[in-house]
Amino acid sequence: MDLENQAAIKSIADEVGSENLMVVLGMPGEGLRLAVETLTTGDPSWAGPLAGVSLGLPVFHILEEKVRAQVPEDVYAEKLLMMEMVLDLPQIESDLASMRAAG
Amino acid sequence: MTAYLRAAANVLVHVPDLVRYGSKPWREAARNNQAPNEVFTDLRSFEDAVAYPPNQAFIGNLPPENLGEIQAPWYENPLAGASPDGVFGEILPQDSFYALIEAADQFGLIMLDRERFVPGDVGSESAAALLDREKPRKKYKQEEISGHIERGEALPLFQGGDLIGCVRRDHESDESLDARILLENLAAKASGGYALSRLLDQEGIAPEQVEYVISCSEEAVGDRYNRGGGNLAKAIAEMAGCANAAGVDVKSFCAAPIYALVHAAALIEAGVVGNAVVVGGGSMAKLGMKAYFHLEKEIPVLEDVLGGVAFFLTKNPEDGPRVNLEIAGRHTAGKPSTPQGLAEALVRDPLARAGRKIASVDKYAVELHNPEIMLPAGAGDVAAANYRMLAALAVMGGEIAREEIPDFVETHGMPGFAPTQGHIPAGVPFLGHALERMRVGRLGSTMVVAKGSLFLGRMSRQADGASVLIEA
Repeated sequence: MDLENQAAIKSIADEVGSENLMVVLGMPGEGLRLAVETLTTGDPSWAGPLAGVSLGLPVFHILEEKVRAQVPEDVYAEKLLMMEMVLDLPQIESDLASMRAAG
Repeated sequence: MTAYLRAAANVLVHVPDLVRYGSKPWREAARNNQAPNEVFTDLRSFEDAVAYPPNQAFIGNLPPENLGEIQAPWYENPLAGASPDGVFGEILPQDSFYALIEAADQFGLIMLDRERFVPGDVGSESAAALLDREKPRKKYKQEEISGHIERGEALPLFQGGDLIGCVRRDHESDESLDARILLENLAAKASGGYALSRLLDQEGIAPEQVEYVISCSEEAVGDRYNRGGGNLAKAIAEMAGCANAAGVDVKSFCAAPIYALVHAAALIEAGVVGNAVVVGGGSMAKLGMKAYFHLEKEIPVLEDVLGGVAFFLTKNPEDGPRVNLEIAGRHTAGKPSTPQGLAEALVRDPLARAGRKIASVDKYAVELHNPEIMLPAGAGDVAAANYRMLAALAVMGGEIAREEIPDFVETHGMPGFAPTQGHIPAGVPFLGHALERMRVGRLGSTMVVAKGSLFLGRMSRQADGASVLIEA
């Protein structure tokens, strides 16, 4: 997860409190596990603002069934439908499930 | 009037000793208090860079589709008998490139110690044509070079472990004329000039025939009062001997080459000029951009080459592949900068306006980043993802079924093969292959599509993009 995004999320968490914040990712599968780790236990590369900062944020992906079900159909068709066919959805869902199970 | 795409050339310059001056390696070295001669000292040889399959695809010796049949990792499977001379391009070694940047420099910025630096036989007629051999070059002494470096006025230039010269700043307090910035600009000029020279040689075009040059290079050439003032195009035209050409730069991050092709074709169609060249020089800043991921995974540093591209467009002769300006996609300021918004604006909409379907284009040339460089950095396979997006659009338009996505990708796409040089992978490296195939009737049409990350400059959160159809 790039340093600018880490800084932005840290700043919002500082402002509203991490208990009032959840993150919905839209990224492709490749960087997903690292992003989840960064937002929960801290930046594993120890390079960014979240190095050593365990925010423990709940993390979702926009294309997960329970999240996308809440997006209005027309918005979904305009902005997300194409990416649903591009990304490896089963992989994203299983990655998130296994990381949640591991806590 | 119709604009025809008559020729394309792709060049690579192998510069292992400039990797340390890429943006990422430079910042990391500063953070770790390392001197330039302490980092990236033992990178791959010229022979290894030449035999690397994606580089052979770049200069036209291997169809990109054939990369899919070569066992990965490609860096462990060099092509036997690979040549630096390609069907529509070539690969230049570093010592020859130092001679080129010295020729590109008109202000005494590049100071070479001619006792230590004796460039070998250039080995490329196109590069040799750029060296003004009659012009006496000043021979700098080692003490003079070391003096500039020690006073912090110059960056050392190495050939292997040898200090062979330096590039000096040209103003003590102007960051735009800092030594590393000037080296970036000279590297873009020299590699762009080299690509243009190769293009002209390849097609037997006299430099004096060229009427207009558009540069799509990324460097911000200028001084403190006009950073990015530009017109690298005219500097490149001059270097390549195009005395009758005017020039201008077109910029939009990685989408610039497509805009440049569209603008060049439009100038020809409007009758402003009879021919035009589009040229893109290499980006030194991007050398070693993902090298730390590669080193961590014990992969060789693959971002050790500068890329250069050049294209010749003309109104004559009136045959061959043409630039179809009726099918040119643009992404307007009111469109969402989502992947879907971009794909619709750049591909679906311009084709639909002409009554064409997405699958009617034989081959798409999208951002053709080499996946072997991108994947270890967690950046995904850019080309493959882009082809899946086009296939998904075809599904949404009812052209194909969802199960046919992999077939669409296979038929209309190809593996990425270009170095991560920003604008260089932007679809256009395929044009050399496309022209070869169109000449023998093996390809009917290709659409070049590229996106640009405007948000990187912090002036807008938008992305951008452009596309255009080339047809036999």
